[in-house]
Amino acid sequence: MEAIILQVLNGLDKGSAYALIALGLTLIFGTLGVVNFAHGALFMLGAFCAVTFSRLIQVSHTVIDETQKDFLGNPLKVDVPYIYDFFGQAAGDVMIDWAVPLSILMAIPVMIGIGVLMERGLIKHFYKRPHADQILVTFGLAIVLQEIIKYFYGANPIPTPAPDALVGSFDFGVMLGFDPGGIVYPYWRLVYFLFAAIVIAAVFAFLQFTTFGMVVRAGMADRETVTLLGIDIDKRFTIMFGLAAAVAGLAGVMYTPINSPNYHMGMDFLVLSFVVVVVGGMGSLPGAVLAGFLLGIIEAFASMPEVLNVLPGINQIIIYLVAIVVLLTRPRGLMGRKGVMED
Amino acid sequence: MGILEVKNVGKRFGGLQALSDVNLSVKEGTVHAIIGPNGAGKSTLLNCLVGKLIPDTGSVSFEGQSVLGRKPHEINQMGISRVFQTPEIFGDLTVMENMMIPCLAKRDGAFSISAYGAMMDDREIVERAEHMLEDMRMIDKREMHASSMSRGDKRRLEIAMCLAQEPRLLLLDEPTAGMARADTNNTIDLLKEIKETRPITICIIEHDMHVVFSLSERITVLAQGTPLVEDTPDKIKGHPKVREAYLGEQSGH
Amino acid sequence: MTDQTSNAGAVRPQTSKAEKSGLFGLRGKDASLLILVAILTLCAPFILNPFPEGSAMAQFNAGYPDLMQRFVIFGIFAIGFNILFGLTGYLSFGHAAFLGVGSYAGIWSMKLLTLNVIPSILVSIVVAGLFSLIVGWISLRRSGIYFSILTLAFAMMSFALAYSVLTPITGGETGLQLKYFDPRILDGALAEGTTPRANLFGLEMGTSYELAVGNWLFTFNAGYYIAAICMLAAFYLSIRIFRSPFGMMLRAVKSNQQRLNYTGISPKPYTLAAFVISGMYAGLAGGLLVAMDTQVGAERMFWTASGEVVLMTILGGAGTLIGPVLGAGFIKYMENIVSTINKTTLEGWFAFMPDGLSDVFVTIVYPFVGKGWHLTLGLLFMAVVIFLPGGLVQGGQKLAAMFRRDKSGTGATKAAKE
Repeated sequence: MEAIILQVLNGLDKGSAYALIALGLTLIFGTLGVVNFAHGALFMLGAFCAVTFSRLIQVSHTVIDETQKDFLGNPLKVDVPYIYDFFGQAAGDVMIDWAVPLSILMAIPVMIGIGVLMERGLIKHFYKRPHADQILVTFGLAIVLQEIIKYFYGANPIPTPAPDALVGSFDFGVMLGFDPGGIVYPYWRLVYFLFAAIVIAAVFAFLQFTTFGMVVRAGMADRETVTLLGIDIDKRFTIMFGLAAAVAGLAGVMYTPINSPNYHMGMDFLVLSFVVVVVGGMGSLPGAVLAGFLLGIIEAFASMPEVLNVLPGINQIIIYLVAIVVLLTRPRGLMGRKGVMED
Repeated sequence: MGILEVKNVGKRFGGLQALSDVNLSVKEGTVHAIIGPNGAGKSTLLNCLVGKLIPDTGSVSFEGQSVLGRKPHEINQMGISRVFQTPEIFGDLTVMENMMIPCLAKRDGAFSISAYGAMMDDREIVERAEHMLEDMRMIDKREMHASSMSRGDKRRLEIAMCLAQEPRLLLLDEPTAGMARADTNNTIDLLKEIKETRPITICIIEHDMHVVFSLSERITVLAQGTPLVEDTPDKIKGHPKVREAYLGEQSGH
Repeated sequence: MTDQTSNAGAVRPQTSKAEKSGLFGLRGKDASLLILVAILTLCAPFILNPFPEGSAMAQFNAGYPDLMQRFVIFGIFAIGFNILFGLTGYLSFGHAAFLGVGSYAGIWSMKLLTLNVIPSILVSIVVAGLFSLIVGWISLRRSGIYFSILTLAFAMMSFALAYSVLTPITGGETGLQLKYFDPRILDGALAEGTTPRANLFGLEMGTSYELAVGNWLFTFNAGYYIAAICMLAAFYLSIRIFRSPFGMMLRAVKSNQQRLNYTGISPKPYTLAAFVISGMYAGLAGGLLVAMDTQVGAERMFWTASGEVVLMTILGGAGTLIGPVLGAGFIKYMENIVSTINKTTLEGWFAFMPDGLSDVFVTIVYPFVGKGWHLTLGLLFMAVVIFLPGGLVQGGQKLAAMFRRDKSGTGATKAAKE
């Protein structure tokens, strides 16, 4: 029992990342009908927003501290982050410690901006072109984006820790009444899962309960009719692209403490996220979320030593295997709509 | 016994009974039209004939053989060709290449791998395609990209491609839909010419009464998924039931 | 892209009546294209080494065996990919798997049978063909993006398996190398400690003849010429496929599957045949890679390797005959030559400028060369997809058309570009 709960929990954090990226991909595909291979790059850009933010708030100026001496007896020069000057040392330290969560504030506008720029500058010219062309041009864009990041941040992973308070694990099993040590779960992973749940809920609520969301959903179902009603659906779709970019970016920001960001993390996730989208059903938002968590959990189960003893290496291929089976038995994926990408 | 026999065919989409108890017999060598108001089930019936849809009940047989459960290309190889509402041609290929494909299909069947021999060395196929193009007075367009032709020419090419296979039954799905008057008249003339020069059965689904009455020898009127009446054009024109179900709303024609 | 495809495949029956079959059954333009490619490939050691040894430009010489081999081998890979993507429009994102499987099969032939490259290459082709038959049979049940994802999933599975579970067959992370104690039932045993080398009836792949002319040094490598002959054969076969009824059916699949179905033709076996043929091309490329450098690692099956062949084909011109070869050469040149340009080299180039200005130029250019060559590649690729769907070949044709309009008579440029 403990083992099962543990694997479900293990699957949740990766599943959350899959679900968030797949959700963004589906938003773009469902609204704009574009297959965006650069979506993984948006995830990666989000992660580097966190890196940039934590570097920015640590930008320092050098002051001479008369109270301390270095080993030569001269007054010690110390780097003082500007942030101490603005907020005082105590608050400044807290902010540096909480850099990753705080960088959400920067990531949202930045990612929306990047998304809107991408849509207006490039993607909109590809609405009428075949899906293969869309895949190819966004694939090229993904290469360009990751090379730009590599140029500025280097090729090595950049460790970006979680706040001290959230480092470490807690014994989840004890809370549920199991023996201690049965289910030990890192705090940050739980935070990541909750965060993902909130973002997903927010996106769904936004689409479900606002007039803007209603129009977008109508546009997803039948773009032409909505346009005929005199609604400028294009502008809304641009905003949706920005929103999808922000969702991917946030997924990236919060993922940094789990995996130190590097320039090719986007591509690694992209391949899996596409599999997730296809399994969930192209164009279905609930399908994307469901498939994301499902595949994350299945992957976690496949990584159990008991399973690996019977089927060695299964953890490496299980997602692809599931994808192949789903695609062949349910061509539209788990929750796909009829008529999406079927020509 | 007609060349095409449809018996008790029914088809349901969810809650909608698209076809119920359709019986139809198309006599060899005739032009048979199926008409009916929008939503009468004309296209569903056609799709059942060519294997795109499988009816829930009943049987469809062509020259005594059942077509049910066969794939579209198998049904085509039995001798049924289909012309679509919007011309379906190979837009990226030249007119000549468009013509060669049905010629190859006629000779080599559904699949034949001849990856080595150069296509243009195949005198038999080249000549047959050229002959067909000359017949259809399209030989001057042979090097044109099919997608760059006018709609009327695309229709002509599509019909030519179907004829190149020498089918025994030609199915036309609203062949003049969306066409200008001149193109419509050209298409009517072309079909009349085909009817006179070739031993072929034509089954035509049409909305435009002008086309129907200038071509067909028998007419079946379909309404709400079931045949209302079948007769000669003259009789259909005056038939009260038809007038009620169909012509009433189209008296302008 | 569509325009390009049909241009490449356009038939000219008028000429066909007048002309009898020319070189190996090719006629007119195709024959001259084959001859041109043959001359270029066979003279590559000269053409790719235009700069004298030791000169500042010598680092742009690409005429060393290792790189020349890669030019032609990846050329074969891209030609094969083009038969699938260029003709049928099915975008496979998993072709590297066939290359990898071919490589593994080839090295096992060298381990178990003989060091001769011919059996090894044949085994590579056959095994890759069988593997692509299975993958294709399943993947081709779907089209569009679903097909792309299925092929990608198969390739990633192959990669993951080769990396982990199949270690006894694939060598896992370390890969496979030839050992002197491999059984090799057709060859005599090697003395202990000798390095086994691939050969063609005794001629070792690494054998080179060096010709020094003045300051120039030209290297003629046995392995390169064997690979080059394979590429010429592959190229010739691809021309024949493009011009055959089979090739026309494949283009018809891309153009309108519905009409093909209602013309009594089943698209699936045609597409599957194209898939298997392109898989066999990939297997040939994989086998040649092993023949030239007798080791294999799983990373050549990774999805980025599949992405690379997509880049090559599109960049050069999908659906054109020569495009994929150009694209492969272009990318391999960038990967091996442009990537070696460093800051010092750049400073050397811009030294003629005033100090401040040269610094500016170095700063601007630097991100695009050396380790940043991928950036240039990505930008170029995007530019091609956006502006030149027919790839470099279309670009060449456009340029040629411009020249022709300007001054009729510069046919040489055009011929070279085509």
